[in-house]
Amino acid sequence: MSFIKLLKLVHNYTTYNEDGEPEEVNRAVDGVDAEIKKGEFVAVLGHNGSGKSTLAKHLNGLLFPDEGTVWIGGYDTKDEEHLLDVRQTTGMVFQNPDNQIIGSVVEEDVAFGLENIGVETQKIWKRVAESLEAVGMTAYREQSPNRLSGGQKQRVAIAGVMAMRPQCIVLDESTAMLDPVGRREVIDTISRLNKDEGITIILITHYMEEAVRADRVMVMHEGHLVMEGTPREIFSQVEILKSYHLDVPQVTELAYELQKEGIMLPSDILTVDEMVDQICQLS
Amino acid sequence: MLRKITIGQYYSVDSFIHRLDPRVKLFATMMYVVSLFMANNWVGYLLGAIALAVYIKASKVPMNFIMRGLKPIIFLLCFSVLFNLFLTTGGTVLVKFWIITITTAGVKQAFFMAVRLILLIIGSSIMTYTTTPNQLTDAMEKSLGFLKKVKVPVHELAMMMSIALRFIPILVEETDKMMKAQLARGANFEEGNLIQRAKAMVPILVPLFISAFRRATDLALAMEARCYHGGEGRTRMKPLQYQGADRVMYLVFAVYFAAIIATRFLPL
Repeated sequence: MSFIKLLKLVHNYTTYNEDGEPEEVNRAVDGVDAEIKKGEFVAVLGHNGSGKSTLAKHLNGLLFPDEGTVWIGGYDTKDEEHLLDVRQTTGMVFQNPDNQIIGSVVEEDVAFGLENIGVETQKIWKRVAESLEAVGMTAYREQSPNRLSGGQKQRVAIAGVMAMRPQCIVLDESTAMLDPVGRREVIDTISRLNKDEGITIILITHYMEEAVRADRVMVMHEGHLVMEGTPREIFSQVEILKSYHLDVPQVTELAYELQKEGIMLPSDILTVDEMVDQICQLS
Repeated sequence: MLRKITIGQYYSVDSFIHRLDPRVKLFATMMYVVSLFMANNWVGYLLGAIALAVYIKASKVPMNFIMRGLKPIIFLLCFSVLFNLFLTTGGTVLVKFWIITITTAGVKQAFFMAVRLILLIIGSSIMTYTTTPNQLTDAMEKSLGFLKKVKVPVHELAMMMSIALRFIPILVEETDKMMKAQLARGANFEEGNLIQRAKAMVPILVPLFISAFRRATDLALAMEARCYHGGEGRTRMKPLQYQGADRVMYLVFAVYFAAIIATRFLPL
């Protein structure tokens, strides 16, 4: 059975006028069906306002479906009794690193979630140490988060989620506010967690280079799930992606342009190394 | 330009005071504040000042760091000194000019007021310098826990306070950034009278409030995502437990308090 299942998920944002009457209903997510298996690394792409962040919030029980159902590891998110179980199963890392760190010392922040779910003191210490190790932030455990770089803050946030032993981590544009170095730190960390610990990763992003490393890519457009497949399948369809206002990775774009000029290159080149290989094979 | 605000911040260093149980420090601070209002002669204030100096020495927080914390209240300090100086009656008249009269009682009162305020600010800020906001929250929650019985939301209040303290540096940095952005576009915060300067602050305050609210929404969401659901069933990474030194310090503070009360009965 699949680990996460979305069935005809619909989410509406209603704006109210001054009298408090509903004025306009905006369908952010419109009839999305999807399944995600345990241990998968899924990237969700989409232009601004495509509903990808709204979708992410459904995976953690922060928003509830207006229509349809979301199952997380066997729990229906609408079932209030299991809300905390849902939130423990899927951890969430947000966009702004400053706005999700609660503790004023790194280790205390990592412990926050554990304190909330009532883990015993000794176990908290053990798990905090383990998860700081997993994201490579052990050296900073007694520092104030204010002094860390953006990438380091996000790694602390990931550690805070990891400490709760989730089966899945959702990253809602967690790399959007970081510099290239910080982005790399975060992506390397989550790739490692995915491979070594078998954590399911759902990466919401608009950086194509990050999506290349995923097992599967989903493309959202105006609330619909419009494309789904391996990065190779998705990025070879340059024209369609452009119609959804999305870019393709730089090398893929280059290959596409060269192809149009009549140079015989395959259209599913994703990395610089592949590009080098292919160019060397040209006669 | 705003980064120099040190009041309410934690100064990270390992010292005897830093290691004390936060409940002891909370109790000591409250005792100290009360003792300053109990003291009514120079012996009492001297004792208070010496006690504070010893405490600061033991806490290893550098003196200039503490002094910087006093800067924001200089205006308040001058204000209260002047009021006491001019409006206190009694004693021998020293200066009489137009409607201004300065009496010996006024000078004495103003001096004591200044000393009292300075000791008060330093005494209470030394607690936040030596205690992390989380420890402080724990201490408040635990020692005020009895108020829960009369439906005071102790945990929620403590949580709010610790979050507020954590966000001070972030908001200060943001204010700084906004001021620079406005300065770059020709705003002037330094010149003009009080009203003009206050008006110049409006373009800073509005975006600051908006961003603070946005941060609050984000933070609430992040807390919820990490299973925060109030104080019920919460455990602690660092539960509070009294050590030997804590009990001794309780005794030391009690002796200090008794000494202050004793100074009231000195024949001066």
